[in-house]
Amino acid sequence: MGPFLRDNVVFREVYCWLGGSESNAGLCGGADGLLPAGFEWAAYFAAGFAIILILVNGALLGAAAFVWAERRLLARFQSRRGPNRWGPWGVLQPIADLLKLLIKEDIIPHAADRVAFTLVPIIMLMALLLSLAVLPFAKSAYLVNLNIGVLYIVAVSSITTIAIFMAGWSSANKYAMFGAMRGVAMLISYEIPLVLSLVGVVLIAGSMSLVSVVEAQTIPFIIVQPLGALIFMLGISAELNRTPFDILEAESEIIAGYHTEYSGIKFALIQAAEMAGVLAASGFLATLFLGGWSGPFLSGQLGALWFLAKLGFFVFLFIWIRATFPRLRIDQIMAFAWKFLLPLALINIAVTAVQVYFFGFYQAEVPGEITRGELLIMAAINIPLALVSIAAFGRVTREKIRVPAPRFEGLAPIPRTAEVD
Amino acid sequence: MPIRTEPVTVNIGPQHPSTHGVLRLRVTFDGEVIVDVEPIFGYLHRGSEKLAEERNYVQVLTLTDRLDYVASMTNNQAYCLAVEKLMGVEVPLRGQYLRVLAAELQRVASHLVAVGFLLQDLGALATPLMYCFRFREKILDLFEMLCGARITVSYMRPGGVFADAPPDFWPALDVLLAEASELVAELEQLLMQNEIVLIRTKNVGVLPLETAIAHSVSGPVLKASGLAWDWRKMDPYDVYDRVRFDVPVGDRGDNYDRLRVRIEEVKQSLGIVSQCVEQIEPGPARAELPFVLRPPAGAEAYGRVEAPKGELGFYLVSDGSIAPYRCKIRSPSLINLTVLRELLIGWKLADMIVTLGSIDINMGEVDR
Amino acid sequence: MTRAFQGQELAGFLRQGFPDAVTGWAGDCLWIDAPRLLDVARFLKDEPSLAFNFLSSVSAVDYIDHFELVYHLTSMTHNHSAVLKTRVYTRDDPSVPSVVAVWPGADFQEREVWDLMGVAFEGHPNLKRIMLWDGFPGHPHRKDFEDVVSY
Repeated sequence: MGPFLRDNVVFREVYCWLGGSESNAGLCGGADGLLPAGFEWAAYFAAGFAIILILVNGALLGAAAFVWAERRLLARFQSRRGPNRWGPWGVLQPIADLLKLLIKEDIIPHAADRVAFTLVPIIMLMALLLSLAVLPFAKSAYLVNLNIGVLYIVAVSSITTIAIFMAGWSSANKYAMFGAMRGVAMLISYEIPLVLSLVGVVLIAGSMSLVSVVEAQTIPFIIVQPLGALIFMLGISAELNRTPFDILEAESEIIAGYHTEYSGIKFALIQAAEMAGVLAASGFLATLFLGGWSGPFLSGQLGALWFLAKLGFFVFLFIWIRATFPRLRIDQIMAFAWKFLLPLALINIAVTAVQVYFFGFYQAEVPGEITRGELLIMAAINIPLALVSIAAFGRVTREKIRVPAPRFEGLAPIPRTAEVD
Repeated sequence: MPIRTEPVTVNIGPQHPSTHGVLRLRVTFDGEVIVDVEPIFGYLHRGSEKLAEERNYVQVLTLTDRLDYVASMTNNQAYCLAVEKLMGVEVPLRGQYLRVLAAELQRVASHLVAVGFLLQDLGALATPLMYCFRFREKILDLFEMLCGARITVSYMRPGGVFADAPPDFWPALDVLLAEASELVAELEQLLMQNEIVLIRTKNVGVLPLETAIAHSVSGPVLKASGLAWDWRKMDPYDVYDRVRFDVPVGDRGDNYDRLRVRIEEVKQSLGIVSQCVEQIEPGPARAELPFVLRPPAGAEAYGRVEAPKGELGFYLVSDGSIAPYRCKIRSPSLINLTVLRELLIGWKLADMIVTLGSIDINMGEVDR
Repeated sequence: MTRAFQGQELAGFLRQGFPDAVTGWAGDCLWIDAPRLLDVARFLKDEPSLAFNFLSSVSAVDYIDHFELVYHLTSMTHNHSAVLKTRVYTRDDPSVPSVVAVWPGADFQEREVWDLMGVAFEGHPNLKRIMLWDGFPGHPHRKDFEDVVSY
């Protein structure tokens, strides 16, 4: 049995219900399962399949729920009503949308690279589902407890960049290519502050495992790490291509960007990956900075509810930002990442490292342990520091970001000629 | 090994979310930077000028509605002014007031559309657009009370307006004016202080005044470049010489100024409307004219107004028959686009969309 | 109030530099000999007391035996206006000088006149059809145009 899976509640229940026997008495307490002895391997596969089923369907249903929530909330922000025909408050609207997309013709452009074109939705959805594997939804309700969980989510979520470039290139469409080029430039730039913003959390928790990070949060890390939370929030919304960083699918500029040529089920899968991506990002934010499934009371029993409430808070925040912000230009976005987020992330790392060394090792009885009181002291230092450094860097970089694109002088304008096409 | 680059030619439009209709731009990009741009028109060309030669003078009015279909009132007004000049007709004072009132409400509606779509082009989803449309809707409701139509109004007629305003129009107008200033203030607060709007529009798409005048640019675009040239002030028609208003002027001629000039004009227009409500007096709303107009043969007239998009002119030539011999439309949208090449080359794709939105074109008027 | 220049008044200005360019005047219109149009246009723009720096509109009218081109000019420095006209007496290959060099705003308007009325403009940088597609037969705003495209 894999060492990671035995912690999972669902897995253990299904496995023991089917294949409990004397050989796995340590896990199942010796009770007999439905299957005869010797068929533990079948129970193993069945149990694994059960959690995958729950996870995949949960992610896709979550995406559908998110589509509904986003449309309803956006409508409210825009003083409209939003979808309200299908089901109560229009909750069945995403299903209607999905059915419509399913019966649409699945067009592959003649000039497209068929293999790469077809692989894109699969890769995007796969990257998303992979990242969900380490997310603790409640106490011992996670697929695996990787000891490099934080690194894993960053690594897996950057697979999307490749998928976006594949989409743009294989579509043989100029708009898609524009979107892909913008996307690669932007996503790679935002990876850096994104990763660096997590270093502070890892330093304080002393572990990269998401479960340990949740357990280490005697007070939510958003208070101890305000800068880190802000940078992660901004970085992840850039990774998710949401406003104000949605230049790679900027509707008013390049139609739909990298997925211009996608239709039917492929489009639905890309959309599902994007929508579920917001949920996953909110989940990571909730886990890393708001204490995940731990709540003020009954964390063990109501863990999933605490988690969902925190996730919902961040989802609402993402929708709110989408409804209200215009888009930045590409050079401004890059300047924002390199001139504003990156220095702030470095400041955050330096300050946190000193604090962790001081509280965790220099004067601690147990090396590496930081008490609740010490965390509060860190928060008292970090919150003013965050405000000051944001104000200072905001003032310094504002003019740099504000500078308009320089007029292009390099290439002489092409003389006006007769219609080419 | 040096990286080989080559310019890419992209057809923006005629089907594109932010070309405001069926404008097609053949743009050559070097990366994201525009190297060359050529607008291509004609996808909405209906031959309005030729059609006008087949209709009598009142029937032509319905064609003018369909030029700039977000500002039909001012189209009507320009045409009626031209016909009145041709016939030598004096419009009753109440008719003139009603015209100015309707035209200014239309200017508010048109500028709201312009501002909303500019923000849409900036990428602000549809929230600002919806705020603008919410207000515009109330104005269109008033138009419906005036003449039964919301978009293609045909409210004005040679010699005045189609009918006097119904009695319940005035209370409704008072309600609108009462809540208008609040709505505009809210809009201004939301738009003009947004940091992203500022960095996206300030110093972008700068149009120097000399270039603007040389390229016959008119309307808010010209005002944003720094010249307080407004035909309502410079050559007052109807009762614009009886109302007080300011002409807002920009100082740099960038996209931000064009946005700001429009919002300021909305405020001024609302002021004109309230002055009209105060000054208007009972009387006939339309001059006594024959059903079929026959201007003298050989007469010609150029009637122009300050339409929301710029100088809208109708050049009419009569041959003594019931239909104009020639009806030429000077459309501000088309002529403001002359400057597009000067504005866009050297800027990025994202700036192009914003600059195009800030010029505020309407394809019904560009192609006619 | 925009002052409309009378044709006669404007002809007085042109009498010194262009004695043969003016062919007539009536009301607020002034007729110019077609080949001299560009020179007159440049003079009207550059003469400080006239300073017609804004070209409102370029129109063409088909009078069967001749085409008349109408230029509505405005001075934004003095707030006065004038109407300049010129005639071409041929139906095949009518042509007048382009004023784009003086007023760049004439660009699209002259293209439109060429497209719809079939009057060519010598010296226009990019004279091609603007509303209709390349290869469209004829110029539809002419009075003798017959629709050959069957729908």
